[in-house]
Amino acid sequence: MVKEIERAGIPVVHIATVVPISLTVGANRIVPAIGIPYPLGNPNLEFKAEKKLRRGLVEKALKALQTEVDGQTVFE
Amino acid sequence: MSKLKVVHYINNFFAGIGGEEKADIPPREMEGFVGPGMALNNSLGDEAEIVATVVCGDSYYAENLEKAEADLLEMIKKYDADLFISGPAFNAGRYGVACGAIAKAVEEKLGIPSVTAMYEENPGVDMFKKDLYIITTGNSAADMRKAVKKLGEFALKLVKDEEIGTPEAEGYHVRGIRTNYFHEKRGAKRAVEMMLKKVNNLPYETEYEMPDFGNVTPMPAIMDLSDKKIALVTSGGVVPTDNPDRIESSSATKYGIYDISEYDSMPADKFTTIHGGYDRTYALQDINRVVPLDVMRDLEKEGVIGELADYYIATTGTGTSVGNARGFGEEYSKKLLADGVQAVIVTST
Amino acid sequence: MRLEVGKIFIEDIRFGESTHVEKGTLYVNEKELIDLFIEDDRIKSAKIELAKPGESIRITPVKDVLEPRVKVSGGGTNFPGVVGNKVKQVGEGRTHVLSGAAVVTVGKIVGFQEGIVDMTGIGADYTPFSKMLNICVVIEPEEGIESHAYEAAAREAGLVVTNFIGEAGRNIEPDEIEVFETKGIIEQAKMYPNLPRIGYVCMLQSQGLLHDTYVYGVDAKKIIPTLMNPTEFMDGAVISGNCVASCDKIPTYLHQNDPIIEELFEKHGKELNFMGVIITNENVFLADKERCSDGVAKLARLMDLDGVIITEEGYGNPDTDLMMNCKKVEQNGIKTVLVTDEFPGRDGKSESLADAVKEADALVSCGQGNIVITMPPMDKVIGTLEDIETMIGGYDGSLKEDGSIEAEIQIIISATSAFGCNKLTARMH
Repeated sequence: MVKEIERAGIPVVHIATVVPISLTVGANRIVPAIGIPYPLGNPNLEFKAEKKLRRGLVEKALKALQTEVDGQTVFE
Repeated sequence: MSKLKVVHYINNFFAGIGGEEKADIPPREMEGFVGPGMALNNSLGDEAEIVATVVCGDSYYAENLEKAEADLLEMIKKYDADLFISGPAFNAGRYGVACGAIAKAVEEKLGIPSVTAMYEENPGVDMFKKDLYIITTGNSAADMRKAVKKLGEFALKLVKDEEIGTPEAEGYHVRGIRTNYFHEKRGAKRAVEMMLKKVNNLPYETEYEMPDFGNVTPMPAIMDLSDKKIALVTSGGVVPTDNPDRIESSSATKYGIYDISEYDSMPADKFTTIHGGYDRTYALQDINRVVPLDVMRDLEKEGVIGELADYYIATTGTGTSVGNARGFGEEYSKKLLADGVQAVIVTST
Repeated sequence: MRLEVGKIFIEDIRFGESTHVEKGTLYVNEKELIDLFIEDDRIKSAKIELAKPGESIRITPVKDVLEPRVKVSGGGTNFPGVVGNKVKQVGEGRTHVLSGAAVVTVGKIVGFQEGIVDMTGIGADYTPFSKMLNICVVIEPEEGIESHAYEAAAREAGLVVTNFIGEAGRNIEPDEIEVFETKGIIEQAKMYPNLPRIGYVCMLQSQGLLHDTYVYGVDAKKIIPTLMNPTEFMDGAVISGNCVASCDKIPTYLHQNDPIIEELFEKHGKELNFMGVIITNENVFLADKERCSDGVAKLARLMDLDGVIITEEGYGNPDTDLMMNCKKVEQNGIKTVLVTDEFPGRDGKSESLADAVKEADALVSCGQGNIVITMPPMDKVIGTLEDIETMIGGYDGSLKEDGSIEAEIQIIISATSAFGCNKLTARMH
């Protein structure tokens, strides 16, 4: 799906846990997520810390959108 | 002659330990065969037997690749096995990737011939087909009986060092290995015959397919996000509580577009997740963990992004065919463009 | 142009008092042949040796293989424009062929890309020349000779010897005569109006550094795409001057017996209208590649072709020329079939070609050249084994103590030549 969005001309970033799959299916901007059942969260943290974590990931994703890439890039 | 020794790898579900809620279990070993190992053992006949089964949770493996592999290899080593079999994984993505990874590690690091099995769209196929023989299966455990029979019979051939034929004849996924053979006609003759078919608009088969140009050229970076409209898309199966579009838990044939304009955070009483491929507990506690609406709203209010789209788009990632996913993407991208969306964040579990 | 090709079947080769053909046996006189070129001060010494199919003989390092032919009528000589032969138009009249015999130039390695011809064993299965009666011209170059000079000397020796032997067929009645004709473009098109018009795009090796081909004596590096009659090839208008990777090599013999030309004529007038040949080169500059591929597409269009078969010699950057030719021809609405060999590594897992375009959807494979085989030792070696490990396809340890050779099939002459002369091919496992 990510590829189709990009093919349509919309910059896209993929926040995904299983990064190798994202690489295989061809997403160009990839941000590794936290865990499969909670890509943008961590139930082991208390709420505020978790939200901060989530915000950090989203900001990383936004940063990825603002970064030129030549090909597939994982933003650690 | 004593029987050849086989070690079998399966996941939490097939080991009968539990479903998604047990996908985080670390590796463990058990004697003999477990679950589908019984049928697999039968298909090995008199020549080989499963002496042990190793198990690992799909999520644990995915999130602890190195440690899971290392621990499993420790366990497997001591059996002095002649053969290693993992799966069948059918269309379960994480399971397929784990099956491929552990089979590859066993072959490379322990020198034990290994084989696995899964459905063609399992990402594990593309990732490991060059390293391993991967037997083809149907896309769900409904195919178990046939799959283990094929897998067992092929595994015997492998361990006995018998000649392995073409993918079509033996039932394994095309590995991408170019192999020479002598044709009955010389190349020039075949070239002229192919030309005549092509020029007469008849079907022909190329002898070498150009490599897949599946990659898309990346869109240029967006310099300033503060005036841009951003939309969220998820494959995490997050939908309104009543699942009005009846999106499937797996192998989705549809996607949905859902309004979030009045929310500052994903309300747990209005939304749910129907994704069958991961433990939904955590997502249900806080759906922002999959669709980060709360953070996006903050960023919108702070002016970091210009505007969040009124809706988000959802489908279920697990088991969904590449063809379908491609179709969804093509279709809703048109709407996104029409609505002036300038960037997209896709979240996947 | 209309050419009658008369084949004189040669069943045996022997040394004799003079070089002549008698009842299917070709007799060659060693001194006669050597005297033709021994005055060349680039050459220190030479000898002639014979090798027949099935004999336990290994010929290496092989530079070129050529077929003895003679122009009986129609103007010009076999191999026009080289070794003192006049530059005259060839391709018409009548030409005799000593069919079954071949001249092989052998000698210490020039560059590193000469190869092996085994007359028996597994190595023989891979080369078309294990089935020929080979007259080997074994050359020893002067000490310290520069490689270009050595290459030229060996090439010229091969040409003069082949021409001389070919003369032996001038007055012999051929066992079989075949007629090949290509009319002027418009007349040719009108002759079979309902058959698809097919052309042959023949890519000639021209990388320099001892990888060259000559057309009427002109270095192919210098040409831009042009049209040729298929029969011109039969009279030796195109000769090999190169030491390209052995498996891939198009020796002069294969230019004279171009399998694509043979197969197209097989079906000419029945299922297709063979309109002619477009030759082009494989230069090392991008501008040349662009210019020539544009030229190929333009000529194909001018000839109003429905389809072309494209062959190449060599691999690596010529794959780019191949793909450019394919893409531009297809974009002009003309269908293409490509013939090439593959180099996906010894395990067969890497990409087979250095370049690819999506228009290349019809490809014939001549096999992958990286697989390793072991060729048994032979009783006799014509040439020398001392260069085996530096030849492409060979490596440290290739030459075993017992004389057997473990190497990639790249080391075998024309094992995977992308003209489609062999039955070797590859498929996906």
